[in-house]
Order: sequence, then C-alpha cells, then structure tokens
Amino acid sequence: MCLAIPGKILEVNGDKANVDFNGVKRDVIIALVKDAKVGKYVLVHAGYAIELINEEEAQETLKLWKNIVEEEGLDESLFF
Amino acid sequence: MQILGTKQLRDRKVSEKIVRIIIKLLSDINRKIKIMHVCGTHEHTISKYGIRSILPKELEIISGPGCPVCVCPAADIDKAIEIGKRENTIITTFGDMLRVPATNLSLAELRAQGADVRIVYGPNDAVKIAKENPDKEVIFFAIGFETTVPLIGYEIKINPPLNFSVICAHKLIPAALELLIGIDQLNIDGFISPGHVASIIGTTPFQLFSDAYHVPNVVAGFEPNDVLMALAMLLKQIKNKEHKTENEYTRVVKSEGNKIAQKIIADVFDSVSSPWRGIGRILDGGLAIKDSYSKYDADKKFDIKIEKSIDIQPGCSCHLVMTGKIYPYECKLFKKICTPVNPVGPCMVSAEGTCAIYYKYG
Ligand code: SF4
Repeated sequence: MCLAIPGKILEVNGDKANVDFNGVKRDVIIALVKDAKVGKYVLVHAGYAIELINEEEAQETLKLWKNIVEEEGLDESLFF
Repeated sequence: MQILGTKQLRDRKVSEKIVRIIIKLLSDINRKIKIMHVCGTHEHTISKYGIRSILPKELEIISGPGCPVCVCPAADIDKAIEIGKRENTIITTFGDMLRVPATNLSLAELRAQGADVRIVYGPNDAVKIAKENPDKEVIFFAIGFETTVPLIGYEIKINPPLNFSVICAHKLIPAALELLIGIDQLNIDGFISPGHVASIIGTTPFQLFSDAYHVPNVVAGFEPNDVLMALAMLLKQIKNKEHKTENEYTRVVKSEGNKIAQKIIADVFDSVSSPWRGIGRILDGGLAIKDSYSKYDADKKFDIKIEKSIDIQPGCSCHLVMTGKIYPYECKLFKKICTPVNPVGPCMVSAEGTCAIYYKYG
C-alpha cells in the first residue's frame, strides 16, 4: 500500500508532470512536493509524487556501500 | 535511472558484506535479538529476497501490522457495502480492498451481486468518476497510512463535486508502535520504521517514540540492502546500549518530512481514537474528516450504523500474525483452507498481507 516508485520528471504542466518510470511514461500529480522540476527524480505513490529524491544523498548511500565492499577488515565502526 | 543506481542498491556483494557485519555485531551482543518492522513493503522485500535465510537464527525479524488493508475494521467495509447496496451509488477503492472478507460479504461479492464497485489507482480517479456521473453518489473508500492520507486530503481541498464523498479509514503508524511496544512477551529489541510514512511525517515522531520507550529505531528504504543496513544500524545501537531514531533512507526522508503534505493532513483531518482490525482501539490511531469538510464525509452523508461486525472469522489468527506473535504457517488454516483464492482473513488478501506474502514466497 505504501509502495512508491521513483521516476524522472520529463515535463511539468501546472499541478501535473509527465514522469518516466524506466521507460513507462505517466502523468502524476506534483502538488504535494516543492520544486518538482524537469530532470528531477520523484517518488510516486498512487499517482501522486510524495517526495523528491535527493540525488546527492542517493550517491552518498551508494558510496558508503561501495566502501563497505572494498574495505577488507570488518570494523563496523568505519561505516556508521 | 542509472543515477539512482537501482542495480547497486541490490548489489549482492554489498549484501554479503553487510551480513558479515551483522554476524559480527550479533556475536558481540551475544543474545537473541528480535526486530519488528511495520510495513508490508518491508515484508515484501524481506521475503522476496530471502533475507531471513541469509541471517543468523539469533536475529529474528517479525512482521507487525503494516498493511492498511489488513487493519481496516470489518465494520468500515460493512459500511461501504451497505452504501453500495443503495441505488445510484458507485463505490471506488484501491484494488487490494476488494476481496477482503468483512462480516458477511466482501466488496467483490457485492459487485458480483450487481452493485457498482470500481477499482481506482488513486483518489483523483474517484473524483473523475464523480464528475462523469453527476446523478450518482461516488464514494471513495479511503484506506492507508500517512503515505496515502495527503492524496485524499488534497482532493478534498480542491473542491471536488458534491456527489463525491469519502469513507475515512486512515490509520496512523506512530500510535501503533506505542501499542506494540506495550504488548507483553513480545520483547521487541528494535524497530525498522517505514520509509514512505516517514517521507511524509519526518523522523521526529519516531525520535519521540524511541526517546520515550528507550527502543532503537531505524527509518529504512525498501531495497534489500536498505533493510540489511537498517538491521546493522539497529544492532550497533543495541550493542552500544543506545536508543535513538536513525535515518537509513536519507535519499528520500528528511527529518522534518514533507511540510506541504503535513499541512494538508492537518487542514482536512483530525486524529481520533480508532479501531484496528485484530488489534483493537488505538488512541490517536486513525483520522476523521474535520467538520469543515463534512460535506465530503460519507459517514455524515449516509448515516449508516453497523451494529455488529466480525473482524476475525473463526479459526483465523490474523490478530496474532499482525502483532508478530505467530508466523503465518503457525495458523492451522494457512495454505489448507485459507489461500489467496479463498482468503479467510484479511492478511491473506492484500499483496502486503503477511499471510499472502508467506504463501507466495514461503
Ligand atoms: S492464514 Fe488465513 S486464516 Fe490464518 S491467519 Fe492468515 S489470513 Fe487468517
């Protein structure tokens, strides 16, 4: 029920935007989020964008996980 | 989608490393640990990717009441059914709700009897149906947690036609956590909290909860490595005897949440004491439409009283499954009498019901 999927905004039209979900395009309502601009990623629940995805934070998470893989020791304090 | 790195988010090499960290933390802690999540989407990730099978058995992950369809009282469905039996009504709702058994019927059975019951993707579709059918009453049966509430609030605020109304069966997560932590013998060592609920309400309500009850809590995303990471973060807190709320899902969740959505919720709804199917009444566990929007409140419009309803059918153990007291396979009807085709309880219907997930992946 609380499932929400990420998509990229292709076009903004007032309270609606056309969003690309990995190739499938749909109109979603963007009235619940601030700064929904073309090129940004949004998280969409039941046809409404509920939050923007912070790309810097997404990269940070991936970087953290990459470090975990590359780190040979298992000192967990390194990672948190 | 490359920038979001969906592939990396599921990278097995990362999973394996996090599992090794989890094993190490567990051996430092040196006792059994029980973690509860309260979200059907988390259970889906855990079951689909076989996360329990790659974790040491000292770490138990139990599933809480994280399925809005499952916790919706039979009386609310009965109410929708009574309204749907009337002439010139159209009942609209999310697909998962249709086959949930209520006291006598489900909405799907009502539809089979000739009533106009329609599945919609979102509340805007229900409003559209109301505009297209001005001579009919169109009722949206609204279920869902904080993630879903602002969608309905938004539609109510933008002046839908007066033949549109809402049965408000929304539930709130933080109040349920308080109830769960109080259940005897459950002994939960930490919570994984639902990232999409937190995207709306922020991490502060969870922080207040972990402060008040001294229980570790991590708000998590829904990829397998998000869940594993959340487990490692919880174990680290347990090892260090900490009890705070941490945010694993920083790419989406802000500590203050989504202010626009919060304002819509506050404008349209009041929090109320609310019954959860199989669990009981929870103080501030649900929402009601404010008086200022009562023209859209189906409760006020149709004045239907359900005298007697049955939440748990004989033999069904949904109430125990939803509070993490038993696993679905411990219910004697599981897979034998109760199946997704012939569900006895709500947990077997929704794609996010714990019994349905165990049926599919177990
Ligand atoms: S298996 Fe069916 S009867 Fe048993 S608890 Fe789950 S829904 Fe209820």
